[in-house]
Amino acid sequence: MPRLEGKVALISGGARGQGAAEAILFAREGAKVVIGDILDDEGRQTEAQIAELGGDATYVHLDVTAAEDWDRAVRTALDRYGRLDILVNNAGIGGMQVGLEDTTSEFWDRMLDINAKGVFLGTKAAIPALRDSGGGSIINISSIAGLIGSRNGNTSYAASKGAVRLLTKSTAIQHAPDNIRCNSVHPGLIVTAMTEAILADPERRRFYDENIPLGRYGTVDDIANGVLFLASDDSSFVTGSEIVIDGGITAQ
Amino acid sequence: MARLDGKVALISGGARGQGAAEAILFAREGAKVVIGDILDDEGRQTESQIAELGGDATYVHLDVTSADDWDAAVRTALDRYGRLDILVNNAGIGGHGGGIEGATMENWDTTLDINAKGVFLGTKAAIPAMRDGGGGSIVNISSIAGLVGLGTGNPAYAASKGAVRLLTKSTAVQHAPDNIRCNSVHPGLIVTAMTEATLADPERRKYWDDRIPMGRLGTVDDIANGVLFLASDDSSYMTGSELVIDGGVVAQ
Repeated sequence: MPRLEGKVALISGGARGQGAAEAILFAREGAKVVIGDILDDEGRQTEAQIAELGGDATYVHLDVTAAEDWDRAVRTALDRYGRLDILVNNAGIGGMQVGLEDTTSEFWDRMLDINAKGVFLGTKAAIPALRDSGGGSIINISSIAGLIGSRNGNTSYAASKGAVRLLTKSTAIQHAPDNIRCNSVHPGLIVTAMTEAILADPERRRFYDENIPLGRYGTVDDIANGVLFLASDDSSFVTGSEIVIDGGITAQ
Repeated sequence: MARLDGKVALISGGARGQGAAEAILFAREGAKVVIGDILDDEGRQTESQIAELGGDATYVHLDVTSADDWDAAVRTALDRYGRLDILVNNAGIGGHGGGIEGATMENWDTTLDINAKGVFLGTKAAIPAMRDGGGGSIVNISSIAGLVGLGTGNPAYAASKGAVRLLTKSTAVQHAPDNIRCNSVHPGLIVTAMTEATLADPERRKYWDDRIPMGRLGTVDDIANGVLFLASDDSSYMTGSELVIDGGVVAQ
C-alpha cells in the first residue's frame, strides 16, 4: 500500500526544487497535494507533472508571509479534498553569505518574515483543519544552520532556522493532545536553486567539500524521503524530533 | 518494490520484543535476516515465524560481549546469504531505578559491557563485511536516556546509552569513506519485557505518564519503523544522526 494513501498534504514552496520533489513523492505515495508558492508558472508546471504521473495536485498562490494566503491554501485543501493531514513548511530563502556586521535591519526582517514567521502563520492556519481531521503531521524544514554556527554562513538565516527548530518543539508539545505531530528536518548542503550561489563560490564550496563525511552534496530526493517518513504513519510516535540529513557534517 | 529488497541484515537481540519486531518488519520488506540473541528458544521461534510469513531468517546464538560470537554471526550472514548490508545493534539491558546510590560496580560493568561494548564489538565485526559489499547501514539503539538526564532509572544505563550515541557519530565520520552509514535511535518508554519493571512500579510509571506529550507509551513497531527508515536507502544521505522516537518527551 502506498505510504500516504488517503492523506491530503499542503506543501509551501512546492513549485520547484526540494518542495516539488516532496510534492511529487507524496503524490506517488497516494497523497493528494496542495502546492503553494509565489512562483505561479513553475507551480502550475509541477501540478501538471503530477497529473501526468496519475496523481492529484492543486496549485495555489501562497506568499507565506500573508495570513490570508495561508487561509486560502488551507481552504483549498478542505474544499477540494475534504481534509488536511500533512503540512510541510518548506518555503524559505537563503544561499547568500551575509555576516552579522553586514546584516541590515531590513535584511533581517525579510529573512525572519519568510523563514520563521511563514512557518508560524502556516502552522496557525493549518492546526484547526488538522485537528478537525483527527490529527496530522507538520514537518518544518529547518537547516543544519539551525543547529550549529558557521564561519561563512548567514547570520539571519541561522537565526531564522533556529527559530524554526524551537517553534517545532513548542508546536509538538502544545498540540500533542490534538494528535498533531510536529518535527523538523535539518538538511545540509542540498543542490537546489537556493544553494547555487554557494556552489558557485569556490571558497564556500571548499568549506563543504572538506566537511561532508559522505563526500557528496545532498539531493532534493534525500530530503523528500526524510519528509515522507515524518509525514507517514511510520513515524507516529515521533514528535518534537529533529531529522538531520547532512551527510554527517554535524556529527563531527 | 519492498524497501529492503536484496539486502542482508544482522540484528542483535532479535529473539523477542523490539528486536523481533525489527526482524519481522525487515523480512516483510524483502531482507534476509540473521537473528542473534542469547535466548535460543525464542530466537528459533522468531526464525520460524518469519519462515511462515514467507521470509528468510537464520537464528544464531550471539552473546554481544563475545567477539567470537560476533565473528560467527557475521560469517553466518556471508556464508548463508552472501553479503551483509545492515547491522542493527539492538541488544541491551535496562536496569533498576535506584539511582547512583543504588548502583553497584558489578551492575555498572555488566550494563556497560552489554550496552556499549556490545555495540563496539558488533560494529568492529561487521565493518569489513559491509565494506566488501560496497557499504551499508549500521543502526545503533541508544535511548532518550542517552540524550538527557532522567529523574528515574539507572545511571549506568544512561552512561551506556550516551556512549552508544557518540560511538555512533565516531563510526559515522570514520567510515563514511567506506559508504557505511551509522545512525542512532533514541526510544522513549516502549512497552517490552525490558520495561516491565518500570511499568509495574507505580512511582516510575507516574513519572512517565506525567511526561509523554503524546499521552501513550511506545510500541515495538514505532521503533521498528524508524529503524527500517535508517536501514533503507530512503536515508542514504543520513549519517551520524539521531532519530528520537519518544512521543515528545525530550522536546520539552
